Amino acid sequence: MMWNERTYATRRGFLIDAAALAGSLGVGLSLAVTPVAATPETLRAAVKRVVGEGTLRRGKVKLDLPPLVENGNVVPLTVSVDSPMTAEDYVKAIHVFNEKNPQPNVISVVLGPRAGRASLQTRFRLADTQTVTAIAELSDGSFWTDSVEVIVTLAACVEVL
Amino acid sequence: MARTLVNVPAKAKRGEIVEIKTLIQHEMETGYRVGPNGNLLPRDIITDFVCKYNGEQIFRAELFPAIAANPFFTFSTVAIESGTMTFEWTGDNGFSATASAPITVE
Repeated sequence: MMWNERTYATRRGFLIDAAALAGSLGVGLSLAVTPVAATPETLRAAVKRVVGEGTLRRGKVKLDLPPLVENGNVVPLTVSVDSPMTAEDYVKAIHVFNEKNPQPNVISVVLGPRAGRASLQTRFRLADTQTVTAIAELSDGSFWTDSVEVIVTLAACVEVL
Repeated sequence: MARTLVNVPAKAKRGEIVEIKTLIQHEMETGYRVGPNGNLLPRDIITDFVCKYNGEQIFRAELFPAIAANPFFTFSTVAIESGTMTFEWTGDNGFSATASAPITVE
C-alpha cells in the first residue's frame, strides 16, 4: 500500500510534509474569503458616470486627509475648492471616490452659489491603505481633481460582531 | 426618531458666510459585514441629506456605505435673510429625520 511505503522515518520528514499541507490549505482558504473590493475598473466606471466625456484636470481642489489613519472606521475628510462662488462662477458638485472599499463612491454633494464657500467636511470609512480622489464639477462644465494616498492601520468593514 | 444635532449661528451679518454643522445618530450598516450567525447584515444607511434655507435648497448630499456611522457634515452658506434652516435625512427602510434651526440676519 502507498501509505505504508511512505512512513515518516524522521521527525523532519513529517514536519516538512505537514508544513506543505498547511500551506496549500492556507492558500485555498485565503482565496475563498477574499472580501469584495472596488477595483480600478469600477473606480474608473464610477468616475466616468460623473465626468462623462469631459476631461479631468489637476488643481483647484484640495483634499485634506490624515496621512496615517489609525482607525479606518472614522476618517475625517475635508474637500475645499478654490472658487469665487458667484452666480457666474461656482462649484456645482463635489464627488469623493476611493479605490479599495467595497464600493467606489464615498459621497456626492450638490452645491450652488449660495454656499459662499466651496468646502465640505465629513467622516468616512476606509477598508485598506489606498488612494482617495475628490472631483469638483464647476459651473462652466470643467472638472478638477485631487488625490491623496492614505495609510490605514485598522481597516473598516472587516470586523465580525 | 434618531437624535440630531445641528449648529447654526443664531445671528449673522447680511452677506456673511456662516458655517453649518450637522450630526445625526445612525449606524450606517454597510451591508458588507458578517453578523453573529455568519450571514451578511443587510444594508441600512442614510442615502440622502438636504438642507434648505427658507425653503430653498442650499446643500444636498448623496451618501454611500463608505460614510462613517453617525454622519457628520460641515458646510457653509451666505446669510441672506432671517428665517429657518431645515435639515432632512432620508434612508433605507423608510428612515426619515428632520431638524430645523432659526437664524437672525442683521
